[in-house]
Amino acid sequence: MAIVKSEAVPVRSTEDVVQIRRLARDWSISVGFSLVDQTKMVTAASELARNMVVHGGGSGSVLFEVLNSDSRRGLRLTFEDQGPGIADLELAMQDGQSSKGGLGLGLGGSKRLVNEFEIKSAPGQGTRVCIIRWK
Amino acid sequence: MGNSLLVTIQVDMHDQLAMALQDDLTEKISSTRARGVLIDISSLEIVDSFIGRMLGNIAAMASVLDARTVVVGMRPAVAITLVELGLSLSGVATALNVEKGMALISNGAGPGNLGNGHRKK
Repeated sequence: MAIVKSEAVPVRSTEDVVQIRRLARDWSISVGFSLVDQTKMVTAASELARNMVVHGGGSGSVLFEVLNSDSRRGLRLTFEDQGPGIADLELAMQDGQSSKGGLGLGLGGSKRLVNEFEIKSAPGQGTRVCIIRWK
Repeated sequence: MGNSLLVTIQVDMHDQLAMALQDDLTEKISSTRARGVLIDISSLEIVDSFIGRMLGNIAAMASVLDARTVVVGMRPAVAITLVELGLSLSGVATALNVEKGMALISNGAGPGNLGNGHRKK
């Protein structure tokens, strides 16, 4: 799998979340996603970027990467923060599960909007969420 | 518009802006004694869980103030994404466009009083 293009963007505030949505749209268009796929990717990016602002202690960043693999193209977004981390990942992935008064759809919902979803987190070690959507 | 408020969301709102809209609108419903609130989201390219929650909150607050809320103009791609995200917008009435939304309001339709299949489950 080859990485064709990449860019890292810091996320510290809810204004930055708007910027991430805009970038996710631009990158989705550049990969050639349909309108529905663009919308899914942008929505997933919005949820995960907001998660970093709310839980990540203002230390988040998003890495945008265009992938080439077996003649198919994809967009990979990696959300990484140095926040407190998540003790119970299984619980955090459940719909309706929120520790900060949200709807609790961020993680589980984002997973449904993409083709591949990977999360790594541990208390005191931050959180890393990686999503891929293939064209 | 009559005794209804029409709100057109034209920018990609960050979260605090969405919260401010929610508060301002609740204030306006009370001060204008509006009986209906139409929220046109046809310019919105996405509705994520935060905006979804805002729409639900506005509908709930309006309902307490005896006003009906109808969300109009949702793009098809947004609707598809919302459902996969897991957002049901329960309690929020929807219509295809402003005209149909107005008709819903003047028919007295709204959460708890929708008999025509427009209410999202």
